[in-house]
Amino acid sequence: MQDAVLAMLAKEPSHGYGLRARLRRSLGPLGESMNPGQIYVTLARLEKAGLVVGERTDGLPERPERKVYALTAAGQQRVSAWLSEVSWPKPDLAEFHLKLAAAAAARLADPVELVGAQRRELLRRVREAQRAALAEPVGSPAGLLLEGVVLRLQADLRWLEACERAWSSTDDEGEGA
Amino acid sequence: MNGPAAVVGVRGLAKHHGQGQSLVRAVDAVDLEVPRGQMLAVMGPSGCGKSTLLHLLGGLERPSGGEVWLGGRRVDTLSERALARLRRRSVGFVFQAFHLVEELSAAENVELPVLLAGGSRREARRRAGRLLERVGLTGRAGHLPSQLSGGQRQRVAVARAMVNDPLIVLADEPTGNLDTAATLEVLRIFEELRTAGQTLVMVTHDERVAATADRLISMRDGMFADDTYLAGSHGRGLGGLIGLDG
Repeated sequence: MQDAVLAMLAKEPSHGYGLRARLRRSLGPLGESMNPGQIYVTLARLEKAGLVVGERTDGLPERPERKVYALTAAGQQRVSAWLSEVSWPKPDLAEFHLKLAAAAAARLADPVELVGAQRRELLRRVREAQRAALAEPVGSPAGLLLEGVVLRLQADLRWLEACERAWSSTDDEGEGA
Repeated sequence: MNGPAAVVGVRGLAKHHGQGQSLVRAVDAVDLEVPRGQMLAVMGPSGCGKSTLLHLLGGLERPSGGEVWLGGRRVDTLSERALARLRRRSVGFVFQAFHLVEELSAAENVELPVLLAGGSRREARRRAGRLLERVGLTGRAGHLPSQLSGGQRQRVAVARAMVNDPLIVLADEPTGNLDTAATLEVLRIFEELRTAGQTLVMVTHDERVAATADRLISMRDGMFADDTYLAGSHGRGLGGLIGLDG
């Protein structure tokens, strides 16, 4: 969030509410759960870290004392670093993988059933994202984000299929032995 | 088993191919009821029997055993002729490869089932016009299939499936030949049908297509491995999908 807010300020200095409006346009329905105060908390942290500087302006009569935020030189540098960074959030597969192994070893639960429950949960998420995508106008930026959400969930579902196959055959071997 | 709410129901439904050692149980004694207005998706690996199930539901194939009920009538015991008549009037099919008549315009393709069911030309034109409007293709009514995009062709096929106001629409991999944008076009039409209370069963290998349904059945080796109702939120809101909820 901090990096995204900094990068938005690279275009031009802005009020908090202007940044919030831009975030919501990009995220569409996915941004609806965002806490309205989050942007101000983020800006305050960035200011404290010396990455942005806020200047009070007279603003409009009905909205007095607005702060306009601008990047500092350090902020500019951080934006450049963020843009050239190639990190990628890691999906949390190991935890589920270990859960299956532990459940099977201690005979606490049937791994195949755990996989089934996880699969149903992911399918519900695909449904939610897909329905939100259908409600977006063609070509909206939020539609593109929802597309990414759906594709990642599909990859997870494919992995769950592999888990199901593997743990089902482990069962058979167990019974045969 | 076939209460008034069930549009289609099967009991002990089986379809076998071959015999002896080479006997293949494509569909192996399944029970199913699809209530009016439900959108059901059937998924599974290729060869799991999902397409065969769809063909049995629509009377395109005869079962080796069990019963098929459609709109409160037992249909697996009907004569070929009676079954063909029932299919024309009560079942709408949508196929992966569209199956449009290439020599006919979009409008003529949609009119065809009305004429085959004994409707007048005027009635056919009126109904086709209404359906093409519903799928957003009024401006393409005079085009040949070859002049339409994949998504538009499938929308014509959906209009054709709907034109006789069927009890049920059966769709076999309806987005199998379509790219993402065209898939969304077809899913938007399905969503409109769902809202209008149309009963629909589709077979698909695409989770995102299946997930738009109300209910999802997973098939393995001719049997139902899972039967899940998908409606209802996972409880975290859309923001949770991208980690915005912290």
